[in-house]
Amino acid sequence: MDYAIAALKTASIFLVVISIVPVLIWLERKGAAYIQDRRGPNRAAILGVRLGGLINSLNDVVKLLFKEDIIPANVNKPLFILAPMIAFFVATITLAVIPFADPIQLGSTKLLLQVADLDAGLLYVFAVSSLGVYGVMLAGWAANNKYSLLGGLRSAAQMVSYEVSLGLAVVGIFLMAGSLKLTDIVAYQGSNLFHWNILLQPVAFFIFLTALFAETNRLPFDLPEGESELVAGFHVEYSSMKFALFFMAEYAHIIVGSCIITTLFFGGWHIPFVPVDLIRMNAELVAQGLWIGFAIFSILGGGLLVRRFKKGKYGDLRDYEPLVIGAPGILIGFALLGLFAIFAQDWEFLPWGKNIFIATLQAGVFLAKVLFFCFFFIWVRWTLPRFRYDQLMRLGWKVMLPLALINILVTGWVVLQS
Amino acid sequence: MMITLTHYLILAAVLFCIGVFGVVVRRNILIIFMSIELMLSAVNLVFLSFSRYLGTQDGHVWVFMVLTVAAAEAAVGLGIIVALFRNKQTIYVDEVKELKG
Amino acid sequence: MMEPIFFYGFGGLAVVTALLMVTRVNPIASAVWLVVCFFAFAALFITLEAHFIGVIQVLLYAGAIMVLFIFVIMLLNIGAEELKARTMQFSGLLGGLVTIYLIVLITLGLLKNPVRFFEPLTEGYGYVAPVGRLLFTKYLVPFELTSVLLLVAIVGSVVMGKRKL
Repeated sequence: MDYAIAALKTASIFLVVISIVPVLIWLERKGAAYIQDRRGPNRAAILGVRLGGLINSLNDVVKLLFKEDIIPANVNKPLFILAPMIAFFVATITLAVIPFADPIQLGSTKLLLQVADLDAGLLYVFAVSSLGVYGVMLAGWAANNKYSLLGGLRSAAQMVSYEVSLGLAVVGIFLMAGSLKLTDIVAYQGSNLFHWNILLQPVAFFIFLTALFAETNRLPFDLPEGESELVAGFHVEYSSMKFALFFMAEYAHIIVGSCIITTLFFGGWHIPFVPVDLIRMNAELVAQGLWIGFAIFSILGGGLLVRRFKKGKYGDLRDYEPLVIGAPGILIGFALLGLFAIFAQDWEFLPWGKNIFIATLQAGVFLAKVLFFCFFFIWVRWTLPRFRYDQLMRLGWKVMLPLALINILVTGWVVLQS
Repeated sequence: MMITLTHYLILAAVLFCIGVFGVVVRRNILIIFMSIELMLSAVNLVFLSFSRYLGTQDGHVWVFMVLTVAAAEAAVGLGIIVALFRNKQTIYVDEVKELKG
Repeated sequence: MMEPIFFYGFGGLAVVTALLMVTRVNPIASAVWLVVCFFAFAALFITLEAHFIGVIQVLLYAGAIMVLFIFVIMLLNIGAEELKARTMQFSGLLGGLVTIYLIVLITLGLLKNPVRFFEPLTEGYGYVAPVGRLLFTKYLVPFELTSVLLLVAIVGSVVMGKRKL
C-alpha cells in the first residue's frame, strides 16, 4: 500500500513536470521575444486557435517525436544512448523530497504531499543534483567530437566548482533551522514573511542563485553549450528525441531549481502573512472569495478578448480566435456566479474536504512562487551576456567561496549568541 | 531467511577481493585507483555492518573519516596521474620503470 | 520482509558491477560501472539503517570523486590506439585464482563464527543529528585531523598540478 501511494505520487509529480516543460519553453520564447522587442511565436494554430503561441510548443513536441534518430558512426553507442536518459532522470528525481503542501489528514491516515520526507533531505538534493554532470560529461565524451568533448570538460569543471558554493551557501540555513529535513526548514520559516530565509540569509540566497545558474548550464554560465565557440557543446551530435531529452532536462532543472529556492528561501508552501490556522478557521469564506474572484476574472478576461474580435484581420480562421476563447470564458464566469447565488447560502466543508482545500491552496501558492522563479531564470537568460571561462572560474572560487565561508562564520556566531 | 552479520561480512570480503584483483592484475593506473576506491568502500561496508550489529553509531563516524581519506587520496592521486601522463605520455604502470635497477 | 530482497539485489549488483569495473579495457566504461557500484553500496548502507552515510556516499563518491576521475580521463583523452587491449592472460588467470582462494579463505573463516543476528534499533539510528553529535564530541580530534589531511591534499594536488613551481 505504501509503495503504491509512493509510486502514485512519483507518477503525478513526473506528469506535472512533463506538462510544465512545454509551457516553460513557450514562456522562454515569448519572454525572449518581448525582451528583444518582437512578437515571438504566433503562427502555429489548431483550427485558428493559437493560445498566444502555446500551440507552437505542441508542434515542437510532435516534430521531435517523429524526427529521424541519428546515431553517428564513431560514437560510443551505449553511453551515447544512456547520457540523455541520465540527464533527464537525474533532473527530475530531486523533486522526491520537495514538500508541496501541508500533510493532508484523511481520517486517521496522514497523506504527505511529498514522495519521501528524508531526514537528510537537503543532502539528498545535493547528492542528486551533483549527478547531473554525468549526463553532460558522458554525452560530451561519447559523441567523439572535439566540440562535444570540450563542452563536457567545461561542464565538469564548472559544475564541480559551483557545487562547492552551492553546498556551502545553505549551511547557514540548516544551522538556523537545526535540521536537514526540508519540512523542518519550511516549518521554521513559517508564514511570516519577515522570518523567511530570503531576509534572514540574503547573502546565502544570492550565492545559491548564482551557483544554481551555473548548475543548470544556463546563461550567463552556459559555457558547456556556448553556441558561438563550441557550436552547441555537448549535444552537437544529438538529434530527435535524444536532443529533446537534453532540452527537457534543462527545463526540468529550472523547475527543480525554482522548487528548491522556493522551499529554502521563500517559505515553501506558506502563504505570506496568512497563517495556516487563519485559513482553517475561515476556509468557507476563502473558498467563496476565490469562487467569486475566478468568476469575475473569467468574465472580464473573456470580455476583453471578445472586444478584440475584428473580422478580416487575417482573413482566415485565425480571426475567430478571440471569440472562440472569450465567449466560453464569459459563459463560464456567469455560470459560476449563478451557481454561487443558488448554493452559497449556508454550507460547510466536510473535515477532509477542508484539508484538501487548504492543501490545494498551499500547493497553488507553491506553484505560483515556482513559476515566478522559472520566469526569473528566463528573464536573466535574455538579459545578461555570457561569462568568459576564466571569469567564471574566478567568480566561483575567489568570490563566491570566501563569501559563503564568511556567511557560515557570521551565521554560526549569531546562532551561538541567541 | 534472515540476513545476518555474516552475510554482510562475506559480501564485503568478496568486494574487497575484487578490488585486490584489480590492483594486482590491471596495469592501467586509473583502474588501479578505482579498485582502491572499491576496496575502501568495502571496508566502509564492514564498519557499517558492525555498527548495525552493535547498535552504536561509532562506525558511521569512522566511515566518515574513510570517505575523507578517499577524497584526499583521489585528489592527490589524480594529480599524480596527470603529472605522470604529462611527463611520460603513458597511463600504464609497467611502462614507468626508470628506477628499476 | 524486504531485507533479503534488498541485500541480494543490491549486493549482487555491487559484485557484478565491481567485476565489470576491473575487467573493462576502456577507463570511462570502468568509471561508469564503478558509479553504478557505488549506488549499490549506498543502497546497502541504507539497508543497514545508515541513512546519512548512504546519502554522503552518493554525494561524495558518485558526485565528486568519480566526476573527478571521468574529468581526468577525458582530459588525458587517450586515443583508441593507445588503449591497446593488454591481454595478460597468465597474470589475469593467476590473479583470479588467488582472488577466489582469498574469498574462500575469508568466507570459511567467517562461517566458523556463530551466526549473529541484527537487533531491532532505536528510532533515529543513523540520522544526521546523532552521527554529527558523535563527530563533534567523542571524535573531535580525529575530525579535526581529517581537516588537516584535506588541507594537505589540497596543497599537494596544487603542487602536482603546477607545471612549474
